[in-house]
Amino acid sequence: MRRTTRARLTANGALLLTAAAFALPLVWLLLASVNAEADLRVRVPSSVTAENYDAVLTDEITFTPMLNSLLLCGGSTLLTVVCAAFAAYPLSRHRSRFSRPYLLTILFTTCLPITAIMVPVYGLFVQVNLIDTTYGTGLFLATSQLPFAIWLMKNFMDGVPVVLEEAAWTDGATSLQTLTRVVLPLMGPGLTVVTIYTFIQLWGNFFVPFMLLLSPEQLPASVSIFTFFGNYGSVIYGQLAAFSILYSVPVLLLYILIARRLGGGFALGGAVKG
Amino acid sequence: MSATRTGWWRWVPLTPATILLLLFLAGPIGYCVWIAFTDTQLTGASGSDFVGLDNFRRAFADDNFRNAVRLTLVFTFVSAVIGQNTLGLALAGLMRAASRPVRTLTGTLVITAWVLPEIVAAFLLYTFFRREGTLNAILDWLHLPSQNWLFTLPILAVSFANVWRGTAFSMLIYSAALSEIPREITEAAEVDGASGPRRIWYITLPMIRRSIGTNLMLNTLSTLSVFGLIWAMTRGGPGNRSQTLPVFMYDQAFLKSLIGYGTAVALLLLLVGSLFSIVYLRLMKVEV
Repeated sequence: MRRTTRARLTANGALLLTAAAFALPLVWLLLASVNAEADLRVRVPSSVTAENYDAVLTDEITFTPMLNSLLLCGGSTLLTVVCAAFAAYPLSRHRSRFSRPYLLTILFTTCLPITAIMVPVYGLFVQVNLIDTTYGTGLFLATSQLPFAIWLMKNFMDGVPVVLEEAAWTDGATSLQTLTRVVLPLMGPGLTVVTIYTFIQLWGNFFVPFMLLLSPEQLPASVSIFTFFGNYGSVIYGQLAAFSILYSVPVLLLYILIARRLGGGFALGGAVKG
Repeated sequence: MSATRTGWWRWVPLTPATILLLLFLAGPIGYCVWIAFTDTQLTGASGSDFVGLDNFRRAFADDNFRNAVRLTLVFTFVSAVIGQNTLGLALAGLMRAASRPVRTLTGTLVITAWVLPEIVAAFLLYTFFRREGTLNAILDWLHLPSQNWLFTLPILAVSFANVWRGTAFSMLIYSAALSEIPREITEAAEVDGASGPRRIWYITLPMIRRSIGTNLMLNTLSTLSVFGLIWAMTRGGPGNRSQTLPVFMYDQAFLKSLIGYGTAVALLLLLVGSLFSIVYLRLMKVEV
């Protein structure tokens, strides 16, 4: 018994130390956002103020980029989820000699470093006049998430028993009706996970909009925050911290939503267990 | 009605996704292969000529390219293989022995760092490592010498940033893997008198070796493509001392306007990624 107590104490100590190291940058963020004289160090503000938030809550700094993010990521997420649901259905329900290679290609694509193809994507977008358009960027973002979304969706769909569809078929439902009225409602949690996961990934994506969008008024928050602190030196750190929090809160909340529902390892179900 | 379930057109729902994937993923990859063999530049309308393997020959002779390869190896090894992987495993293991509130607290913090948008993470670690930043404040307080980390050890600073940001993934994978080891096995070993380290080496690690393999592979792949974190923290600098392959690619293609050369670098990155993916698929022995 004493040995387990000692092991527990050691483990607690080591974990608390790691937790402190992980916490420091986050603590800085929280404290700096309410400190009118924030600098780069973790420092307890002499007085708590909402000044920083007031200063960044303008159309130019916060509302327009956040709205851009919402439109860009919301649109792409919708497209990804709809396409992935349709694609997953035959892959989950029918066997043919080409479904296995298709799925393997999808899984293979999931692992590719998408960063590497941004230069040719830029070149292509210039040639077909999609550069600096929200819908063009959205189409590419949606595609970049598609492989993983299809894979996750297929795994969730495999969990829905076919028996229920057969009942619907006997009643004369078409495949489309079966998918939308029987299968998708039954995989509600799975659908939620795919949607939220896709949205979180897109919301944080920096490189794609950084490359493909040029006009300042179209930039999503991930890129606008970068231009904001990209000009080192003249930055008001408190305001930047406040904006970072405003920009991060939506994904943190969404993550809590799915993590609660399906346990911490939700995202790994598809990728790791095969 | 059976016609709805048979025949080629039951595969029709695959079309939208397939079209998108062909246009925006396979297309650019194909274009990448083509451009990499040309001397395309952003400036001038002279078009592009086929130059064969010139870009690749040039890359291997280019000190900056070799520097980028070396830094990519350091970055990947330090942050993915050692950092995220080992720390993730250690955290998952320690959590099994720790008390519940400590476990929850650590888990929450590590996962928060993971869920934060990339550019916010970059900004936080930038402030952490700056000369006036928190790390030096702590060192001062401990009476240890402080230094300008982003200038003296930029590649280590971005590696630590990547560990801070990416460890949660390994932690989650290993937590799941460890929870699947039956208690009786470790208990039996304990009864037989095997010490802690021996139990870990001879029992735990072999039992989770598949998870270790997949985790290493996925960590490596995600680290290979890190761009925003490094770009926002150091822009690849000072000089080129934190210029990994993605940053080098961006620099050549856009700042130096050498699209053909930049794309050749991208293609090499893609090839390395593909190799890892194939090994990963083999390792997983995917059942589809």
